[in-house]
Amino acid sequence: MALLDVSGVGKTFGALRALDGVNLQVQQGSFHGLIGPNGSGKSTLLKAIAGAHFASSGSITFAGRNITTAPPHERARHGMSLKFQITAVLPELSVYDNVLLALQAGQAVWSLARSATRRAAHPDVMRSLERFRLAGRADDLAGELSHGEQQWLEIAMALARAPKLLLLDEPTAGMSPQERRATGELLAPIRQSCALLIVEHDLDFIKDICDTLTVLDQGQVVASGPTQQVQDDERVREAYLG
Amino acid sequence: MSGVVMAGVAGPGRPRRLLPVVEIVVLVAMVAAPFVLSGRPELVTLATNILILSILAISFELCWGYSGIMTFGQALFFGVPAYVIALVGRDLEFSHIWGTLPLAMAVGLLLSSLFAAFLLLGRKTPTPIFIALGTLTGSYAAERLVSGWQYVGAGNGLSSIKLLQAGEYEFVEGTAFFFLAFGCLAAVYIGCRFLTRSQFGLVLAGIRQNEERLAFFGYRVQLYKAIVFSLAGMIAGLAGALYSYHQGFIGPGNMGPGLSTMAVIYCLFGGAGTLIGPVIGTTAIEALSYVLADIDLVKRFWPVILGLVLLLVVAFQPSGLLGLVVSARERIGSYRWRPRGGNPTGG
Repeated sequence: MALLDVSGVGKTFGALRALDGVNLQVQQGSFHGLIGPNGSGKSTLLKAIAGAHFASSGSITFAGRNITTAPPHERARHGMSLKFQITAVLPELSVYDNVLLALQAGQAVWSLARSATRRAAHPDVMRSLERFRLAGRADDLAGELSHGEQQWLEIAMALARAPKLLLLDEPTAGMSPQERRATGELLAPIRQSCALLIVEHDLDFIKDICDTLTVLDQGQVVASGPTQQVQDDERVREAYLG
Repeated sequence: MSGVVMAGVAGPGRPRRLLPVVEIVVLVAMVAAPFVLSGRPELVTLATNILILSILAISFELCWGYSGIMTFGQALFFGVPAYVIALVGRDLEFSHIWGTLPLAMAVGLLLSSLFAAFLLLGRKTPTPIFIALGTLTGSYAAERLVSGWQYVGAGNGLSSIKLLQAGEYEFVEGTAFFFLAFGCLAAVYIGCRFLTRSQFGLVLAGIRQNEERLAFFGYRVQLYKAIVFSLAGMIAGLAGALYSYHQGFIGPGNMGPGLSTMAVIYCLFGGAGTLIGPVIGTTAIEALSYVLADIDLVKRFWPVILGLVLLLVVAFQPSGLLGLVVSARERIGSYRWRPRGGNPTGG
């Protein structure tokens, strides 16, 4: 059974049909790319999966649970994590506190009020910061980081609670070529524990890290399957790759 | 901790740990006040009033400065418990400190919890306007209701409230009541400081900056807000009880939009985002009001002068009086765990 099963999902905004009967499956441990021209519905689909808005029709099943109308915090607690398209670190908190906040999301309110987990969380926070090359900036404000570093911090936050599925919306937007390469290297090891659904415009980046690909155009799936097979698909070349 | 200081707030090179210094200065001033003012009983009464209103201001600060909940009805949770203990004194002839103060807190907690459930825990995420108007309407409606209700004194309110008792001792205006109010303020302050510097406080700091982000982490954002809103109502209830015992009177205006707005102004004037800011704001405004109202030249239009001063502060010093000396970085603080002997942080 697929980890994520999107079945016949539609989304309308007034008269605009942004998604129309989209089917998509993400298997455990796979890196799945979601590509398409601007306005094809990629971010809309990602938001429907994450719970930022609800699908108008169809169903979304995650880890065996129907989450079509579940609020975002419930989806997160079932093991889904999202990195926004626009960087959404907490700029007035330190880099350390950003990760700590993400890490402790599953704790009970009373436990947080007593700061019962602060000490125990410390090694995990530092490990996460070291992995994303931010340990040296732990005490700096998140808002003081460069754009690329903020992107990494947000990925570190999204991965802090070891999710089953990570949704990434254009993680390399605004990054330099070196930062993009580094991002690919940082993401590669998570495959053992986490599946990835990634929206990205950088096709080289997508081809490098994704095993499977879904192409959207005008809110509909044009093609879906192994990366090489989709790349060779005539309809995809016509609609997107040119 | 790096030595970075937010430019334009504290200024480069300025020591970062100024907040504890400000807190100690305020604490010393409070303890000294009744002794310094011992020859002027009316000033001890004013100082006691400031302490009580500071508790109300802190309750608003928890909502706005720490959780981003703009409540324009905080006086509701101040006034209703005050009426309840006044009625308990009148009808049951009971005013024991260990009974009525907890009762007032319980009433404040219950009432604010009901409001929190209605305003914050609905299916849809409430907008700030919805919360502001909801609380404002509640405060206004309560004021109108008691204004026309004879049982609670209607527009005249309830006066000659039975004195607060501790055993055989009765608290009247003066030094003893000052220290009672000081003890309550200190307890509220320490409790709130513990909460806001805890991991729970870190969640509130995150909510204030980007609540959507926190929901995607897995936090039930509205539940956290509801908890803080309810606690703030409980604290306001304590302030209301102290106020009614101290004044010997409670009226409709003590639960209406007027006092609710004053709570907002106390915080903005002193500096939102810290607990000491509202205490400083309350002290500055109440002291300024007292002084201006006593000057022949301006006594007729001192509220206008006060209003202008407030406008200037809000327009040109959004971080309030406290922002003049304490950096934004220090106000927010750090929630990092550090080993014993390491560099301690946390504001």
